[in-house]
Amino acid sequence: MEPFDYAAPKTLNEAIALLVERGDRARVLAGGTDIIVQVREGRRHADLLVDIKRIPEVNILHYDPREGLRLGAAVPCYRIYEDADIARLYPGLIDAVSLIGGIQIQSRASVGGNLCNASPAADTVPALIVHEARCVVMGPAGQRLVPVEEFCVAPGRTVLGRGELLVELRLPPPRPHFGAHYLRFIPRNEMDIAVVGVGAAVALDERRERCVQARIGLAAVAPTPLLVPEAAAALMDGPLTESHFDRAAALAQAAARPISDLRGDAAFRRHLVGVLTKRALRTALQRARET
Amino acid sequence: MTKKAHVQATVNGQPVEFLCEPRQSLLEVLRDELRLTGTKEGCNNGNCGACNVLLDGRLVNSCCVLGVEVEGCQITTIEGIASPQGLHPLQQKFLEHAALQCGICTPGFIVAAKALLDRHPRPTEYQVRHWLAGNLCRCTGYDKIIRAVLDAAGVAASG
Ligand SMILES: Cc1cc2nc3c(=O)[nH]c(=O)nc-3n(C[C@H](O)[C@H](O)[C@H](O)COP(=O)(O)OP(=O)(O)OC[C@H]3O[C@@H](n4cnc5c(N)ncnc54)[C@H](O)[C@@H]3O)c2cc1C
Ligand code: FES
Ligand code: FES
Repeated sequence: MEPFDYAAPKTLNEAIALLVERGDRARVLAGGTDIIVQVREGRRHADLLVDIKRIPEVNILHYDPREGLRLGAAVPCYRIYEDADIARLYPGLIDAVSLIGGIQIQSRASVGGNLCNASPAADTVPALIVHEARCVVMGPAGQRLVPVEEFCVAPGRTVLGRGELLVELRLPPPRPHFGAHYLRFIPRNEMDIAVVGVGAAVALDERRERCVQARIGLAAVAPTPLLVPEAAAALMDGPLTESHFDRAAALAQAAARPISDLRGDAAFRRHLVGVLTKRALRTALQRARET
Repeated sequence: MTKKAHVQATVNGQPVEFLCEPRQSLLEVLRDELRLTGTKEGCNNGNCGACNVLLDGRLVNSCCVLGVEVEGCQITTIEGIASPQGLHPLQQKFLEHAALQCGICTPGFIVAAKALLDRHPRPTEYQVRHWLAGNLCRCTGYDKIIRAVLDAAGVAASG
């Protein structure tokens, strides 16, 4: 592996100062499950890794009924799914963090790292999209909030500028009668990269018949994860039926811009978007009816 | 070459100190600096589990952890699984079930299975297979490994 320096600052300001000074020769280190392997294999270069895990703000995991969930950027997957309250309130997020890698990866991999790595196939991103997450970004010019669907700008690239880092994700409290689900297609049951991933969330009316709000997010079908508002809008008229799901699935397929690669060709991926969108919606609906 | 860092940690209950470059993984530190060669390198990219150790009680791939990150941490390697009285039940059952052939994957499987049994002392077969999905074996076909783990937990395998 190429040599690099290592720093483990204890405050955000120290981390930002290091990132400003070294510019794009510095990378943040969270769980390391992407960056250590990428640097070792020469796929990313770094003169300095800034380990953020000793900074309190990026380790926050706190739910408040008014403010929602504060999810620190470096919190590893297992802390999220082992928290029973969070598991109940944010089921789409839990689906995603429980299927990243295996147990060993989940001990270290963070949602913040999954997002900042900006892979089009990142599993947590459609889940964050359907839970309406916003990203708290800090840098030399202070703090800004970025909707998660705008965070990735190209494969491997994010909106983060020089000296900026992701501090936490904020997920609003779930709406009444809310359900969400994330699922993906992979050729085996565990330990693989999504060929396609789909997240869906629905919020129902008092009688749990009509959809009052919905979100659909897609992974691995475009250069960045996608929010598909038109597919969600198709769920809004009248009590929910399978034909709403058919329409939403067709619109999600139309929004997908998949490529062909060794995991699957574009036509197969587009087919999967349809199948998985319907499945994600059915489970989200079932969960919404149970709340 | 970058400056070496001085790191203090606890490995298998013993305090240790070592010098390492930031680019050295915990796996390299264990094997090359501390001479604990029971932990194996398979893929060196997080996929095979041969390098599994417990870091503050959590199962990790030591090839995906930097040596400099473990300052102040507790690490358990395969060398710390047996007791002075003898083999750990998992080790004993791996022998009885012939759950290994070349043996490269075995330390990782045992450490991973130990982490499983620490959390779920009586796992179902599904839980065992799910928990060990991050460990690869090119020899055994897995079935004997699953049976050995279930037997060590005192659970009969299904089918
Ligand atoms: C065997 C294996 C299996 C995997 N399986 C899956 C899978 O099923 N699904 C999936 O989506 N991914 C998978 N991954 C990829 C990886 O584990 C995830 O992307 C993980 O969530 C990354 O988190 P991390 O904390 O390890 O990130 P790191 O590796 O620490 O960081 C990832 C990137 O984000 C940057 N970064 C991290 N945190 C911040 C921050 N706060 N601010 C700014 N930049 C930051 C880093 O500089 C780096 O470029 C797998 C990886 C391995 C090795
Ligand atoms: S050597 Fe670490 S996972 Fe394969
Ligand atoms: S016994 Fe050879 S790889 Fe498992």
